[in-house]
Amino acid sequence: METIDTITIDYQHYLTANEIAAIEHEASIMETREAAGIEALKVVQAHRGWVSDDSLYAISDLLAMPVAQLEGVATFYNLIYRQAVGEYVIHLCDSIACHLMATEDVLTAIKQHLQIDYGQTTTDGKFTLLSNACLGGCDKAPVMMIGAEHYEHLTPESAVEILQRLAAKEHSHE
Amino acid sequence: MSDSWQSSNIKPLTEWVNLQQPPTYSEYCQHGGYQGAKHAVLEHTPNEVLEIVKNSGLKGRGGAGFPTGMKWSFVPMFAEDDENAPGNKYLVANADEMEPGTFKDRLLLEGIPHQLVEAMIIAGYTIGANKAYIFLRGEYHLAAKRLQQAIDEAYQENWLGEKIQGSKYSLDLYVHCSAGRYICGEETALINALEGKRANPRAKPPFPQVVGLFGKPTIVNNVETLSNLPHILKNGIEWFQAIAPNSDAGSKIYGACGRVKTPGLWELPMGPTLREVLFDYAGGMQDGLNFRGLLPGGASTDFLVAEHLDTPMDYDSIAKVGSRLGTGGLIVLDDKNCPVAMVLNLMRFFAQESCGWCTPCRDGTPWAVEVLTRIEHGKGSIEDLDTLAKLCDFMWIGKTHCALAPGAVEPLRSALKYFHDDFLQHIEQGCCRYDPESSAKRTQVATAGRAVS
Ligand SMILES: Cc1cc2nc3c(=O)[nH]c(=O)nc-3n(C[C@H](O)[C@H](O)[C@H](O)COP(=O)(O)O)c2cc1C
Ligand code: SF4
Ligand code: FES
Repeated sequence: METIDTITIDYQHYLTANEIAAIEHEASIMETREAAGIEALKVVQAHRGWVSDDSLYAISDLLAMPVAQLEGVATFYNLIYRQAVGEYVIHLCDSIACHLMATEDVLTAIKQHLQIDYGQTTTDGKFTLLSNACLGGCDKAPVMMIGAEHYEHLTPESAVEILQRLAAKEHSHE
Repeated sequence: MSDSWQSSNIKPLTEWVNLQQPPTYSEYCQHGGYQGAKHAVLEHTPNEVLEIVKNSGLKGRGGAGFPTGMKWSFVPMFAEDDENAPGNKYLVANADEMEPGTFKDRLLLEGIPHQLVEAMIIAGYTIGANKAYIFLRGEYHLAAKRLQQAIDEAYQENWLGEKIQGSKYSLDLYVHCSAGRYICGEETALINALEGKRANPRAKPPFPQVVGLFGKPTIVNNVETLSNLPHILKNGIEWFQAIAPNSDAGSKIYGACGRVKTPGLWELPMGPTLREVLFDYAGGMQDGLNFRGLLPGGASTDFLVAEHLDTPMDYDSIAKVGSRLGTGGLIVLDDKNCPVAMVLNLMRFFAQESCGWCTPCRDGTPWAVEVLTRIEHGKGSIEDLDTLAKLCDFMWIGKTHCALAPGAVEPLRSALKYFHDDFLQHIEQGCCRYDPESSAKRTQVATAGRAVS
């Protein structure tokens, strides 16, 4: 009888001890391991910037859930990145209060300044530009979020200034 | 009318809100904090608390206005030794708050997190839940941090954990940070999301009160709804009902955004008129602008116009004039912003956030976006208006699995009614008369905006 060689990849070794500890903590407060899926994606993204295919396999391995199910979850959410992103991801609100307060002018200024469109990353890998649904700062519109920071009352000038300030900063990852 | 309305100046939910530095445990206690939870857990049976909440007249502040006590009463109650008892039950605070134009819960989450923790002890005790989650939208980073601090303190003070304050009741409370999707706010989609599944809503029945999170009885309540509980328990039903002069009890956090002079949030007794909120609190329109219309309670409510301004903002009165109180946050349209562009922006949001489970919504919302884009660009035809009207019908209540699609219809159908002339003008003159340059820019926005996820 001929046998077929199969390769099994131990994806658990792909994750760092810190990542595994954080994911296990999330799994411990839920009734099922797969319920920690979203948190696990966020943990890995916090450490690596985005969720690669390998990360996806590793998490599904660790949580003992089908990779297709995890991918279904990963692609469902706006804040999980399944492509590489820049050091800073700009989430510019494009919902109604910001629209009424002319956020389009802010968008134009950002696009011109960074020379990128929505969904793109600058060539130096610093910035990725995305839109975001209402950021809950409608009384301080227009609003954008970068990392955990919300920037409010934006004007085309102030938005560009914020980006310049961040670009000048030494590398920082939370 | 407004005399009696102004007679009460009580702001139970927001009196001690501090956005710079939310009250610590001891500060919160100095302001009467945890008194309500103490009454509930140490002095009442769960059934007694349920009766208090039922009789208080508290209605859900998450949008639908469903009576809270009645909702809780659908949760099956079991004696401690009953072997049919379902094991755990769950309580979830809905802090997803992604409805555009809605930002009230954020104030409570960031400004007074202990209030929500206390509220969840009371609610959890009443329905017999030993585990509770705060389902928080992923963008609210500051709220996540502050809630966790409050929860840690509450554990230290034995307001959470085993045998709370020496009683027989135990409760664990966790924060779950979502990863950004409006549909997660729908309570059954939220439950799927918490289970780590794709966040499609579930078919009802069974209702979550009976079969919810992990198959167990589950109550999902809005943050503002829950935040009323400590005060009702502490001050009593009569006090709560006396806050508002009408049939709706208690206070409500109202808001306003758009080009008004002083956008913001105000906790007021239930039922100020639209005019009072718009002019007395939001300061009226910015200089040089006139009022055109408003959505009274977030993106998924029907437009109201000048003739409705004297309507009180309570559930029944707003419904009578053809809209919904929703979340109580006004989105105000001025006369220099195009109503067609406004509806297009709203519809684009709903199309993006549709979970795709049912056809009328999955196909109908992008179709409406396409037609509205055509009209806004001056390339629409008269037949397009019929198409929009038909789409409103296809996506209406009863034809979709959840309320997202009917919510998307509300601003559209009312805009077709109140801003008919604007739609006609776009079609007949082949352009948008509101600053054509900026409106062209606006409609190009958001094509590939979320392309990396
Ligand atoms: C698409 C959609 C989004 C929703 N988003 C929220 C939300 O962000 N927060 C909320 O409290 N309720 C939201 N709801 C309403 C919830 O389904 C549910 O009715 C509410 O949480 C019940 O709380 P309440 O009884 O305290 O009002 C949403 C409903 C739908 C259909
Ligand atoms: S109405 Fe829309 S959001 Fe709701 S279940 Fe259907 S497709 Fe999903
Ligand atoms: S619409 Fe932009 S923050 Fe709400």
